[in-house]
Amino acid sequence: MDAILLSFGLAPLAAKIISMVIICVIVLLAFVTIGGILTLVERRIAGFMQSRLGPNRVGPQGALQWVADGVKLILKEDLIPDGADRVLFRIAPYFCLVGIFGTMVVFPWGQGVIVADLNVGLFYFISITALVVFGVLMAGWSSNNKWSLLGGMRAAAQIVSYEIPVGMSLLVPILISGTLSMGGIMAAQGWLPWDWMAFRSPFTVLSFLIFFIGSLAEANRTPFDLPEAESELVSGYCTEYTGFRYAVFFLSEWANLFVFGGLTTAVFLGGGNLPGVLEGYTILSVLVYLSKVAVIIFVVIWLRWTLPRFRIDQLMTLSWKYLLPGAFIAFLGQALYMLMTQQIPIVQSVVAVLMFLVFVFVLFRFAIRVRVNMSEQRIPVNSPASDVS
Amino acid sequence: MTSALKTEYLTINMGPQHPSTHGVIRFILKTDGEIIYECDPDVGYLHRGIEKIAESVTWQGFVPYTDRVDYVCAMNSNLSYCMAVEKLMGMETEIPKRAEYIRVIVSELNRISSHAVAIGAADMDMGAFTPFIHFLREREHINDLLEMVCGARLTYNYICIGGVNNDVSPTFLSKTAEFLDHFEVVVEQINRLISYNKIFIGRFADVAVVPPKMAIDYNLVGPNLRGSGIKFDVRKDKPYSVYSDLDFDIPVGSGRAGTLGDCYDRYMVRVEEIRESIKIIRQCLQQIPEGETKAIVKSTIKPPKGHVYFRTETPRGDTGYFLYSDGKTSPMRLKIRTGSFTGMSIIPEIARGVFIADLVAIIGSLDIVAPELDR
Repeated sequence: MDAILLSFGLAPLAAKIISMVIICVIVLLAFVTIGGILTLVERRIAGFMQSRLGPNRVGPQGALQWVADGVKLILKEDLIPDGADRVLFRIAPYFCLVGIFGTMVVFPWGQGVIVADLNVGLFYFISITALVVFGVLMAGWSSNNKWSLLGGMRAAAQIVSYEIPVGMSLLVPILISGTLSMGGIMAAQGWLPWDWMAFRSPFTVLSFLIFFIGSLAEANRTPFDLPEAESELVSGYCTEYTGFRYAVFFLSEWANLFVFGGLTTAVFLGGGNLPGVLEGYTILSVLVYLSKVAVIIFVVIWLRWTLPRFRIDQLMTLSWKYLLPGAFIAFLGQALYMLMTQQIPIVQSVVAVLMFLVFVFVLFRFAIRVRVNMSEQRIPVNSPASDVS
Repeated sequence: MTSALKTEYLTINMGPQHPSTHGVIRFILKTDGEIIYECDPDVGYLHRGIEKIAESVTWQGFVPYTDRVDYVCAMNSNLSYCMAVEKLMGMETEIPKRAEYIRVIVSELNRISSHAVAIGAADMDMGAFTPFIHFLREREHINDLLEMVCGARLTYNYICIGGVNNDVSPTFLSKTAEFLDHFEVVVEQINRLISYNKIFIGRFADVAVVPPKMAIDYNLVGPNLRGSGIKFDVRKDKPYSVYSDLDFDIPVGSGRAGTLGDCYDRYMVRVEEIRESIKIIRQCLQQIPEGETKAIVKSTIKPPKGHVYFRTETPRGDTGYFLYSDGKTSPMRLKIRTGSFTGMSIIPEIARGVFIADLVAIIGSLDIVAPELDR
């Protein structure tokens, strides 16, 4: 980018700044698009699960619904409630936005496709997403609304609690790969499922599960969506927000979903690794990566529309009594396991394949269960009511 | 050592526009953080003065108003009022048998749809949106069936003094049987989706326990009373219509997930009542005789002087109609006793020291319906 600008005869510093701005705009637009599309995807999947259609009017199959929603939100008045802390109220959404969009810097889109492969990439990732807490807490406090305040408090308590097990469970892949850089962790895995971090040993499976559950809670997704529990806290910390600021919260929430899927894929599910013969086809690598992310996102959305939510005390119990000790066990266990099997790599490979087979078996059992459920249905679930009468 | 910091309770206004106070119910909460210290229900937002209206309409003219008393189960309200008037006129024995069976079929269908909404709304308040939508889909089937009977989907005005307004078609009976076969499976499926879910049980079990004595003291009725383990059902204990000829059980709470009388017991009693209603309708479909569907009733009736109190079992519990006639064309006084009101009155007692999230569970498990609460 710099080189192109320099060829126009710009001064080096100006070229640098302009190229940075351009990259920033691209990043912003990319995440806005992803966040927007995910809102649509979520609503369509929800519709599918609930025997209804979901948005299908704007554009082909409702594909442009998110644009219409965005335009509508931007055209709305930006209302600040009476008695609100105006400064905090105004800047709160941007903390959420920056917290999520900042991860773009170390986002590993595929083999070698990464903006900056920092040597502390994973650490940076965890740190910058912690900014979201500030945004949520500020929004809750400044709104001058008791429901918002409760929502903000809940969110702060929840995100801070769950960051610990999540951070602890991430230590396991770091232990295996010996690096904090996203590219390095991805490179330490292979393209086959048993080369992925998630299936290396029983302890990595445990840490993967803890990471997944903890990240769900950090992303405020059901069953951990307490901060904005609609039936309890009206709309949580964003109750008083309107227009563009609300859109910013909204976008960062769904962009967060993508970030969550991306991190899980990169750290535990082999990222965009390709078989040796296909090495170097970057586009293919990105596609592999994105398809894995899509699967994770689908699972998260699926969970959201299936499960009820926890109560605040149950949520804390889960984090401090189960996930945190579990994460410690995973970390220590993995360290011991690596020490013991260091000399005999064949054991490691066998265990990894075994773990993957267990996973496949669980999937298989689940599929059978679904089949039984579906066969018991006499009238198809999705038949319109008019078929009966 | 006393703290130098001054602390005070947080006063929060929950409702009347809160997402989980379905309809317009309002609570004024005093909380310590998220824990409720005091909960003060404020009723009357949906008061329409139906009991007063009764004094200026004819006896038959009041039937459509009973639809509006509890629009989630309008048939049961119709039935309750009409049977009360029939008792007042002393014509209980003149009602044709076929009409009685049709009344039971439609009111049990309506009970199923009402319980489906109650269960679904409780699920939705717990954050599970999908079961609610699935229950609404099933309720559509019932609405379609009742539409075949009387042309209306929510407020039916179908049961009338002396019988039912028109006969049902054989298609309705066969479609009902078909629907029951379908719905029996669906209930179990939705149970597997939500009722047996560990998170859901965790939310409902051991929350807001109503011991049997407290339930009687606060005059709880219907599924709320039975959830506390007391086997009382007007259909069984003071049978009306043809319920004495039918074979069905009365499900009671047993503390299956925690303590006897907790939210989960009340919830599961409703789920099981759906199964019992299916059983009742099946028997009715087999036993229903041919014949007239309406006794001869004058267009303007003047019941003899006197008063009567008649109770039926609606989905919200023991609903009673007190009628006072002075021999004129409209009631002199009419009083409706509803289950939601007593359900509401127990909330301050059981909502002390629980989380705000639990209050939502309590409202859901008591199945409080705003129009019935305020009339």
